Formats: sequence, structure tokens, C-alpha cells
Amino acid sequence: MSILVVAEHDNSTLKGATLNTVAAAKAIGGDITVLVAGANCADVAEAAAKVDGVSKVLAADNAAYEHQLAENISLLVAEIGKEFSHILAGATSNGKNIMPRVAALLDVAQISEIISVESADTFKRPIYAGNVIATIQSSDAIKVITVRGTAYDPVAAEGGSASVESVASVQDAGLSSFIKEELAVSDRPELTSAKVIIAGGRGMQNSESFKMLESVADKLGAAVGASRAAVDAGFVSNDMQVGQTGKIVAPDLYIAVGISGAIQHLAGMKDSKVIVAINKDEDAPIFQISDYGLVADLFEAMPELEQQL
Amino acid sequence: MKILVAVKRVADANVKVRAKADGSDVDLANVKMAINPFCEIAVEEAVRLKEKGVATEIIAVSVGDKSVQEQIRTALALGADRGIQVDAPKDTQPLAISKLLKAIVEKESVDLVIVGKQSIDGDNNQTGQMLAALAGMSQATFASELIFEDGKASVTREVDGGLQTISLNLPAVVTADLRLNEPRYASLPNIMKAKKKPLDVLTPDDLGVSVAPTLITVKVEPPAERQAGVKVESVEQLIDKLKNEAKVI
Repeated sequence: MSILVVAEHDNSTLKGATLNTVAAAKAIGGDITVLVAGANCADVAEAAAKVDGVSKVLAADNAAYEHQLAENISLLVAEIGKEFSHILAGATSNGKNIMPRVAALLDVAQISEIISVESADTFKRPIYAGNVIATIQSSDAIKVITVRGTAYDPVAAEGGSASVESVASVQDAGLSSFIKEELAVSDRPELTSAKVIIAGGRGMQNSESFKMLESVADKLGAAVGASRAAVDAGFVSNDMQVGQTGKIVAPDLYIAVGISGAIQHLAGMKDSKVIVAINKDEDAPIFQISDYGLVADLFEAMPELEQQL
Repeated sequence: MKILVAVKRVADANVKVRAKADGSDVDLANVKMAINPFCEIAVEEAVRLKEKGVATEIIAVSVGDKSVQEQIRTALALGADRGIQVDAPKDTQPLAISKLLKAIVEKESVDLVIVGKQSIDGDNNQTGQMLAALAGMSQATFASELIFEDGKASVTREVDGGLQTISLNLPAVVTADLRLNEPRYASLPNIMKAKKKPLDVLTPDDLGVSVAPTLITVKVEPPAERQAGVKVESVEQLIDKLKNEAKVI
């Protein structure tokens, strides 16, 4: 078995999702090669070479790969990937954008968001917002896979000593171009890697009251998330959405504030180790999956929580 | 500009679908079916582009047995001009669906394809990207805004860190995210009119595509269930439990 892992990065740092994906690659077993495609991304390639379990790093450093445009990167991954038995990427917005294109170019199926490796050709993945777990077997020669990060503990970022080879191939499809990016800037941890998350829902009523969650988050070193209802209502930005079609998270502690617990939200957080729900409606479905429930008005409970922490 | 939208028939978003006891499949007996919510957003966007005079014709396509005609009619009632059902098994996989769509895109000389970013049954999130790759088209997934200028599409995408805007050459594939628009309700007169709009039926053979799957579902099972825990009486008690019982803070 030979596995190609497509690295997640921003040209300067290797993102944590790569470490979860390498963990899934280890579960399949075999030689692990990491592809770093970007521009001026030598630091990322060096970081990838230190990741535990990686035997080789391929660095494709060219302006065509700077913004991870799917048309360009997928051509490169398909070209390099045809020598491998498995091609893996994290189920991030980037992985989801690129990998189906890779699969189609190779004329194979993609297996999305695996949560378990049963054997080299058989995997488990959630369907129907996680209400059903399907075991899928592939007869394709190359398995193209995205990995749900929360299902795998990250491998160590240090300790490996892989060789770095540069890739000369430049794939520029010339079909699309980057215009701009507006990324949220925050001192708090990223949602998908935070140990503690505090999230607000429709019950927060407005964006102003999310400040209460931020104050608590700062005391706990937590990330702040939101339900789709809160994002749709315009209280907070889309990158904070947790759920079936937002981010999938599994922190040690998830505090749901003013979130009723729709199926679609639960799909994004029910694998958290400890779940706390604070809601004034004692019949809210969120209480059915919470370890600790507090029936209370959040506008009284949140200031109290902040004070007592 | 000619737009193709693909729509999928799925279990209604409010239904909690379960695995059958024997693990052979999910249990969809007597479950209410609907158009996939993301597909509905795709149709709405196409209709808005037609209302703005950007689009000239909207073709709604669905792949599946005869029952998917219901969802095509929904798209027609929302404002699509004509429908195509590709008569294929209802569990046809994304790669095969993409090949079928590619054949229609080429046959109809489509300039823009809008599809939902994922269906809420399989949660695959693949078809739009695969179609774009097969047809050699540009793509913008997870779109929250779509603007046309100078023969190009400028698309704002919802990405992990925030928003990204890219420019696409046409023809292009755009996959709709939740905040692209809020779909309208079909009016009764439009529902009646939709019944008279043309709806063609094609087979995979007509399009020269094999729909044989390469993935098989070995079994389905329920996820590990979480048990409801305890209710605490106060914030003080909650903090105590988190510190001393769960030991997470």
C-alpha cells in the first residue's frame, strides 16, 4: 500500500487537519507520502517532513498553486496520485473542493468523510447527518478519500525525518483566478482544533449578546461557535457555523447556549466528550444528548458563569 | 445564457432517518420525500438570474426512477423552463451522475451549472466538482454570492476561515451553500403551469454512460447513542460538576 496525503496549509504553516489525515493513513497502513502544493511554501514542506510516520514529502512550489484553486491542484494531485493506492485529504473546505475533482480525473469514486478504516478497501462514514453509519467497500484501483478530522487523534507533528523532493510539474488550467479573501481574525483557538467550544443559537437574540460567550470563552481558552439559526439570522459570520453542513467538531467540552438541538446541529457536535446545554426550554432536544443540562435564562446564566470561572 | 440545475429527491430535512434493523439499508418506508434543500437554493439562484435577464433558459435535471419527476415539477413550479429525468437506479453514485450531467451539458451547450453543495442523504459533497472536472469546467463550491460581469462569474465562497472570492471563466459549475439565497414558495398558479411544462425522459444508454457502481454499501447501522445526563440546578453546581466530575475545566 502506498498512500498520498494532500497537505492542508496556508503557504506558511502546516494545518492541524493534515495530522489527523496522516493518522487515518497510518490506520490503512503503508508508505505515507505528503504532497505540499502551494507557493513559497518551503516552510510547510519542512514541517511536513517532521510529521511522525511520513516517509516522503513532495513539494510543488509554484504561483499556480498559491490559492489552492481546485482546477490546478486537482490536475497535479491526479497526475502524482495515479502511482498510489490511496489518496487522502482532510474533509476541510479545501479537501472537499479539490478531492472529488481528483477522483473524477482518475475515473474513480470518492469516499467522503471516513470515520474509520475497516480494511484497505472498506471504510465507515456517516450519512443522513450522522443518524446512520454506512460501511462502504470500494472496488476502485485507487481509493480517493476525505477524512473527518474529529474521528482521528492527530499524529505527532515532530519526530519524523522524511526526505523532501521538489515536483517540477506545473498545472495551470487557466480556468479560474483568485480575487480576494476575507478571513476572520481571532486570538481564540480554531473551532476544529479547540479543546473547549462555547456555541450560541437563536436564543442569543442578537450579535451583541455573543460578547457574553466571548467573555466566557476567554476564561476557558475556548473557541466560539454558532448554530445555523444564529448564522442565518446574521448574529455571527458563517465560519462559526457548527453542524451537518458547517464545521464538524469534537472538543473535550462543548457548551451549547440557547441552542435547541436540531438534527443538523447535533450532526456537527455530538461526538464531543462532554456536552453542556443551557436553555430556558426544558423540553429542548439538546438536553437529550447533554451530559449536564441547566434550565435557565442564558442572559442570567452567562454573566454568572463568567463571574464564577 | 443557458443554465442547468440538477435536483435530487431526498428524505425531508425534518425526518430523522434510521437504519433498518437488519442493517441492509436505511428505512425510508412512509418517509416524506422532498427536493434536497441545497438543490432548491440552486434552482432559486437560476430563476433569479433569469429574472435579471442574465439567463435565457433553465433546464432542471434529476437522475432516478419515475418518482423524481415530482422534484423536477417542483423546480419547474419555482421557475425552471423544462425538465429532464434520466431514468436510472435511485442509488446511482455521484461519479455516474456527473457523467450523465456532463453528457447533457454538452448536448445542450449549457453555459452555467448550478447544483447544491451536497445532498442531505448521502452527504457526499461530490457531484458538482466531479462534473466540473469531467467537462473541463471551472468551479466554485460553497457559493454565497454570484455576480456576472464581462463574461465571467465572480463567486464568493464560504471557506473554513471565512470568505473567498474567485473569478471563473464560463462555462462553470457553481455549488450552492445555504446563504446564497432564500428560496421562494411556489405559487398555486405556478404549480399548475409547471404541470404543462415539457419533461423529457432519457436513459443512461441514450447518453452513452454506464452507471454501474464501484462502491458497495456493506451494511448500515445506527451511531453510538448518547444518553441524556443530569440536570443541574445552578451555574455553581454546573461548574462544580465540570471541575470535579467530568474534569474538563
